[in-house]
Amino acid sequence: MKFRSTIQQSDKLACQRSEDSREAEPEDSFKMNHHGMFANPTGLVRGILVLALAAVLVSCEKPDRIKEATKNKILRLGNGAEPKALDPHLVSSVGDSNIMRALFEGLVINHPSSDSEHVPGVAKSWDANADFTEWTFHLRDNAKWSNGDPVTAHDFVYSYNRILHPNIASPYSSMLYFLKNGEAYNKSEIDDFSKVGVKAVDDHTLVCTLEDPAPYFPDVVKHTTWLPVHKATIEKFGEMTDPFTLWQRPGNHVGNGAFQLTGWRINDYVKVRKNPHYWDSETVKLNGIDFLPLDNTFTEERMFRDGLIHYTYVLPANMIEVYRETQPEILRVETYAGVYFFRCNVTRGPTKDKNFRKALSLAIDQETIVKYVTMGGQIPAYGFVPPSEAEGGYVPPNKISFDPEKAREYLKAAGYENGADVPEFTIIINTSEAHKSIAESVQDMWKTHLGIENVRISNQEWKVFQQTVQDIDYDVSRAGWIADYVDPNTFLSMWKTGDSNNQTGWSSPDFDRLLKEAAQLSDIDARYGKMKEAENVLLEELPVLPVYWYTRVYALHPDVQNWNPLLLDNHNYKFIDLKSAD
Amino acid sequence: METVRYIVSRLLQSLFALFCIIAITFFIARLAPGGPFLDDKAVPEHLIKQMEVNYGLDKPLVVQFAKYLGKLVQGDLGPSFGNKGFTVNDIIAQGWPVSAVIGFLGLAIALALGIPVGIIAASRRNTNVDYTLMGVAMLGICLPTFVIGPLLGLFFGLKLDWFDVAGWENSSAWILASLTLGLYYAAYIARLTRGSMLDVLNQDYIRTARAKGVAPLKVLFKHAFRGGISPVVAYLGPALAGLIGGSFVVEQIFGLPGLGQHFVKAATNRDYWLINGTVTVIAVLILAMNLVVDLIQVWLDPRRKLKS
Repeated sequence: MKFRSTIQQSDKLACQRSEDSREAEPEDSFKMNHHGMFANPTGLVRGILVLALAAVLVSCEKPDRIKEATKNKILRLGNGAEPKALDPHLVSSVGDSNIMRALFEGLVINHPSSDSEHVPGVAKSWDANADFTEWTFHLRDNAKWSNGDPVTAHDFVYSYNRILHPNIASPYSSMLYFLKNGEAYNKSEIDDFSKVGVKAVDDHTLVCTLEDPAPYFPDVVKHTTWLPVHKATIEKFGEMTDPFTLWQRPGNHVGNGAFQLTGWRINDYVKVRKNPHYWDSETVKLNGIDFLPLDNTFTEERMFRDGLIHYTYVLPANMIEVYRETQPEILRVETYAGVYFFRCNVTRGPTKDKNFRKALSLAIDQETIVKYVTMGGQIPAYGFVPPSEAEGGYVPPNKISFDPEKAREYLKAAGYENGADVPEFTIIINTSEAHKSIAESVQDMWKTHLGIENVRISNQEWKVFQQTVQDIDYDVSRAGWIADYVDPNTFLSMWKTGDSNNQTGWSSPDFDRLLKEAAQLSDIDARYGKMKEAENVLLEELPVLPVYWYTRVYALHPDVQNWNPLLLDNHNYKFIDLKSAD
Repeated sequence: METVRYIVSRLLQSLFALFCIIAITFFIARLAPGGPFLDDKAVPEHLIKQMEVNYGLDKPLVVQFAKYLGKLVQGDLGPSFGNKGFTVNDIIAQGWPVSAVIGFLGLAIALALGIPVGIIAASRRNTNVDYTLMGVAMLGICLPTFVIGPLLGLFFGLKLDWFDVAGWENSSAWILASLTLGLYYAAYIARLTRGSMLDVLNQDYIRTARAKGVAPLKVLFKHAFRGGISPVVAYLGPALAGLIGGSFVVEQIFGLPGLGQHFVKAATNRDYWLINGTVTVIAVLILAMNLVVDLIQVWLDPRRKLKS
C-alpha cells in the first residue's frame, strides 16, 4: 500500500500516482481534456463528472499488488487454461501438471536448474538391477500427507492401481505402461492387479518391475501420472475408480506436496499455500502460489504490465519484439522440449507418395517461419526429436533442410511435371491465428518453390479437428508434441504401428523393429544409436514434416528468484523464492 | 383478474418454449462432430468407451434425454466433463453472480448515459448537439467490445493506473468491464430514446401542453418522458437477460469468471451437460425478463391492453 495521496487531500481529478508507477507523464494532458469538457456543464457532462469522480475515488485506493504479493511471498502465475481437475490421475495438460507439482510430490522430483539431475522426493534413494528392468525405491520415513498421515509405499501401489484401472479411464494412463502388465491391466486383458509390476515390500520400499529396460526410469516417475493419491480421502468421497467425486475441492483435498489446496474458483484461480506437514517444509520459501487460468494471452500480458502477476504463461508473438527492445531483462526465451510439425496422411491423396512428402518437406523454409512468423527464437528442426544439450545426450539425424532445387527433383520423382499437376489437397489446422499464419506461409512456400497452386487451408474447431485427425480424414494436419520426460522415446514411440497418437496411417516394420531393439538395450549409447536409426527411418519416409523445435517465451518478474530455464519447463516450486528486486 | 389470467397463460407459453429450447439444445449439441473426451494427445479407444459408460453417454440418445429431463425437474443439471469435481449447478452458481454484478453495473452505466443523451438529442433535434451526440452513439455501436475493452484497459488501467486491468478478486477491475459492456448498450439506448422521444414530442397532446404554456422542461419530463421511455423498457428485457447471461468477450478481456465464458467454452469443449445447463439458465432469464417487461409496459402506457 504505497500510495501517497488520500482522498481528502487530493484535488478531485488529479489523483497522485504512486512513485514506483511505471509510466510517468499523462496527468497534465488528462486534466486539460477534462477542463475543456467541464466548461459547459449540461446533464450529460454532469453524468460524466459523477463517473469520473467515482473513478478517482476508486483509483486512489489502488495499491501496488505485485509488491504486496512479493512481500507476502505469494507467487502469482498465469497458467493457461482452467484445470480440468486437481486429481493427478485425471489431468493431461501441461498447465494442470504445474498445479499437480505444487500439490503432490512423486518419488523423484525436478531439479531446480538441471534436466538431467534428479532430486530425491518421497524416495530418498533408488537403485536398479543390472538391466534396468527392476527398480527399488527407498522411501523416506518422514514423508507426510497434508493431513499428517504418513506417505507409504502402499500409497503408491494404490495410486498405480487407480490410474491403471480400466474403470476410471484415466486419459494419460498409458504413461504407466512401463510397468510390467500395466497395459494388459489397463485394457482389461488381466484383472488381477497383483500381476502388475509394482509391489510394496514394506512401508518404505517400493519395487517397480518394468516391461522393458528403462535406464531413464527416474525421469519417467517425475511425471504427473506417477504421483500418489491419499487412499482414505479418495474413498471418503467415492469409490477408487469414480472419476467424479468431490475430493478435489478445497477443504477435502489431501496431497503430499510442498503446498496444499486452499482455494479453487473456476476460471478465477487455484490457490495453494504452504503445507505445514511437508517433510522438507524448511526448504520451501514461498508461502503460497496463485495459479490464474488466463487463456487470453493479451489479457495475461496486460495483467503482467499492470503488476497483477509475476509470470505470464505465454507471450503473444507480436509482443516479443516490444519486450526485447524495451525490457529485455523481463523477457525469457528458452529451449523447450517440443516439436511443431505437420502430419501427412499416407493412406490417400498425393501425400501417399513418399517422394511427394519429401518434396513438401524440402520446400518448407523453416528459417523464414521462425524469423518472421513465430518470432520467438524457435529453432528450425533438422530432425524430429529435439536435440539434447546435455553431454552424451541424444542428437537427431540431420536430415531435414530447406532445398527448393532438390524439392523440385523429388516432385518430378513423384510423377508430377510441375506443381500445377498436383491434385488439390488441404492443410487442416485448429482455429488459431498462430497456426493459420504458419499454414499460410507453408502454403505460400509450396506455391513459390514447387508451383503447387491447389493447397487449401481449412480451419476446424478444436474438438472437430481432433476427431478428424484421429480418424485420419485429412491430407496434411498441423501438430505439436511436448516431451513427457527427457528421453527420445517420448517423441518416437508414437510412430509405432497402430499407436493411438500415430494418426497418419504410417507403419514401418523397420521402425517398429528398431524401436523394439532399442527398448531391450540398457547401455545408453547403444540405445541412442538404435533410436537414431529408427528416427532415420522416420525422416526417410516422412509421414511428418518437422517445422521447428519449440521455445518457451514468457515474461518473468525480476522478483522471482531461482526460476531457471528447463527443457520440460517443470519448475519445482519448493526451490522458488520471491525477493523484492530493488 | 385479467392480469392473473394473462400471467398464467404467458407462463404456460414460456414453459413450452423452454421445453423446446432444452430439447433442441440437447440434440444439436450431440449432433456436432467431435466429442468431450478427445484430447490433444490421443486417448486410447478403450478408455474413451469407458468414459462414455462412466457418464452415461453409451445409452441411446432418447434414453439419455429422458434421464436428463428427469434430473432437470429435480434441479440437477448433471456433472461437467471439463471441470471434474464440479457439477453444472456449482459452475452456474459460481458464475452468475459475477455476470450479474458486471451486467447490472453495465446496465446502470448504459441507462445513466443513454437516456439523458437521447433526451438531450431529441430536445435539440437537428442541431449540432444532436449530431455530435448521435455520432458518438453510432461510434459506440460500431466499435466492438473487443476493441473498446483493451483500449479502456490500456488507458485507464496501464497509462493512468486507475484500475486493475483484469481480475475478479479486486473490485477495481469491475469498473472497466462494466464500462465496456455499458458503453455499447448506452449508445443503443441513446438512439432508441431519441427516436421515441421525437415520436412523442410530435404528438398532439404535447402540442396542447406547449400551447397551454407549460414550461419546456416540464413538457419534456412530465408529459413526454413516460411515453418516450416505453421502447427502451421493451429493449431492457432482452438486454438485461443478455447482460446477466454474461458476455464471453468482456469476460475474456477482463479475466472474469462469469457465465459467458462457460456458455462459449462448454460448446467448444463439447461439455454437453454444461451446454444444456447454461442455455437453460439463459433461456429462463430471457423468458422471465420478457414477461416482466410486458407488464411494466402496460403500467407505463395504459392504452396498451394485455393480450394473451
